[in-house]
Amino acid sequence: MRGRLRLLLLIVILAVVLYPLIWMVGTSFKSPQEIASNIGLIPEKFTPGNFTSGWEKFDVGFGRFFLNSAMVSALTVVGNTVSCLLAAYAFGRLKFRLRKAWFAVMIATLLLPGHVLIIPQYILFRTLGWVGGDWPYLPLLVPQFLATEAFFVFLMVQFMRGIPRELDEAAKIDGASPFSVFRHVILPLSRPALVTTAIFSFIWTWNDFFRQLVYLSELEDYTAPVALTLFIDSTSESSVGPMFAMSLLSLIPVFLFFVAFQRMLVEGINTSGLKG
Amino acid sequence: MTTVRPAQSRLRAVPPGPADRQGPHGRRHSENLSGYAFLSPWLLGLFAITAIPMLLSLYLSFTDYDVLTPLSEASWVGWANYERMFTGDPSYWHAVRVTLTFALVAVPLKLAAALGVALLLNRAIRGIGLFRGLFYLPSLLGGSVALAIVWVNMFNRDGAFNSFLGLFGVEGAPWVNDPDWALQTLILLAVWQFGAPMVIFLAGLKQVPVELYEAASVDGAGAWRQFRNVTLPMLSPVIFFNLVLETINGFQGFTSAFVLSNGTGGPVDSTLMYTLDLYIKGFVELDMGYASAMAWVFLLAIGLITVVLFRTGRFWVHYSDGEDR
Repeated sequence: MRGRLRLLLLIVILAVVLYPLIWMVGTSFKSPQEIASNIGLIPEKFTPGNFTSGWEKFDVGFGRFFLNSAMVSALTVVGNTVSCLLAAYAFGRLKFRLRKAWFAVMIATLLLPGHVLIIPQYILFRTLGWVGGDWPYLPLLVPQFLATEAFFVFLMVQFMRGIPRELDEAAKIDGASPFSVFRHVILPLSRPALVTTAIFSFIWTWNDFFRQLVYLSELEDYTAPVALTLFIDSTSESSVGPMFAMSLLSLIPVFLFFVAFQRMLVEGINTSGLKG
Repeated sequence: MTTVRPAQSRLRAVPPGPADRQGPHGRRHSENLSGYAFLSPWLLGLFAITAIPMLLSLYLSFTDYDVLTPLSEASWVGWANYERMFTGDPSYWHAVRVTLTFALVAVPLKLAAALGVALLLNRAIRGIGLFRGLFYLPSLLGGSVALAIVWVNMFNRDGAFNSFLGLFGVEGAPWVNDPDWALQTLILLAVWQFGAPMVIFLAGLKQVPVELYEAASVDGAGAWRQFRNVTLPMLSPVIFFNLVLETINGFQGFTSAFVLSNGTGGPVDSTLMYTLDLYIKGFVELDMGYASAMAWVFLLAIGLITVVLFRTGRFWVHYSDGEDR
């Protein structure tokens, strides 16, 4: 195919792909009357009203929902990176009995769909008094601190295979303990894998809906995605604008990550096939 | 796993150093201990968060249990849940059909879109990085509630899509409110997120040796024959990888179906995906025993499908470093 034609085709496809996103931005700046009358991309008059009314729409305010999301995501990032790194170091660099067997188990959990585990986990956490307890985020966060996202363990094991083995062999011959090898050799060299893990755990947790829907029941505990579904309950004409405005805001953190780490994200899915 | 094998053999190749002087088993013993120390969070998670709950759910799948009472009050019902699922619950088979339709239509379309755009992007084009990033964006925002909300509104009776069709004098369907079209709307949303497999295809296309195309064109093969006889076979491992990944993902679609139907699977159960049905049975109707049984069948089904894919893959996936060369 000729170059020009190819480029033209790509631009047309790109326009179709980006249309819903641009339409969302445009609509969130339209007044309620304009949403009903003007279906186009660009509002005749830009009004910030949807953002203010959406922000205050539910009793506790959308700011609260964003804070909740930010906290859950931030703690998940910490939990995932630390716990998965420890497990990956063990699998990738240490010799211990039954290592192969445990590694096979880890790969098996990688294939386990989350929907299969949600019911027994819910019952477990409920029995422990964590569901709707003093701090309702325990069921969302504790698993993240126990390296249950096997995907990231796998990602980091793969990465560590690329670190030259001579480095830790040399350190070991000098008498370094496995912990100091970890601290002084593997940890500093694993930074790219840590950053990838951190970015993807943030984005996935921020976008996650299923688990947050199941575990959060009080309005003030809601995260942004769960709060967004409140709008669906009341799809009157007047709530479409605020709903779009809050949807747009909820995508902004992910979008900023995307802009900042675009190259890394794309390379990340290249090498590991991970999903956005 | 193959991961650890080269590592071990190299370890053995290292001559004994001073560390070994602690005694014949000294170093080994200490690595054993620290191995388990580093593994301990994962091990704890494996047993407490994964394995024991799995066993619990297997047990519960043979009981009648409503979550509100203590576990000891779960009453044993034998195979009743499974019997009900296969013979006494029409909504179950409906959900199976909806999920199969979704996966069987969305996955091939999504992969075709991904491959098509990847082929277009594969030649030298200025700003390829930007293109690649922008096509990937919908996948990244992917399963979010926000995007599903926008999508559903676009496909309302008087939404943006119908007014677009109106420009060409085509009268649109009520899409999301029409049982015949609601699932198609969700399929379209899934296909729209073709960016992730596209990026993987692009990486695969880079691996195809240019000489193969040169040889093919010397032999007089046109663009289509080159695609058919060079690109497709060389790309087959990547196609296979994407196929497995997207199929497993396809079966787990939840968020968009939940948002479109406000958690009901409507209109008239047309978007009742398996996972949504499972959620409703477990967390709305509090029928946790039955939902556990559903979860186990789901797990077995996904396992079975993966095995079948791998079996059939043998017939069409060519690994250039494998025996078939």
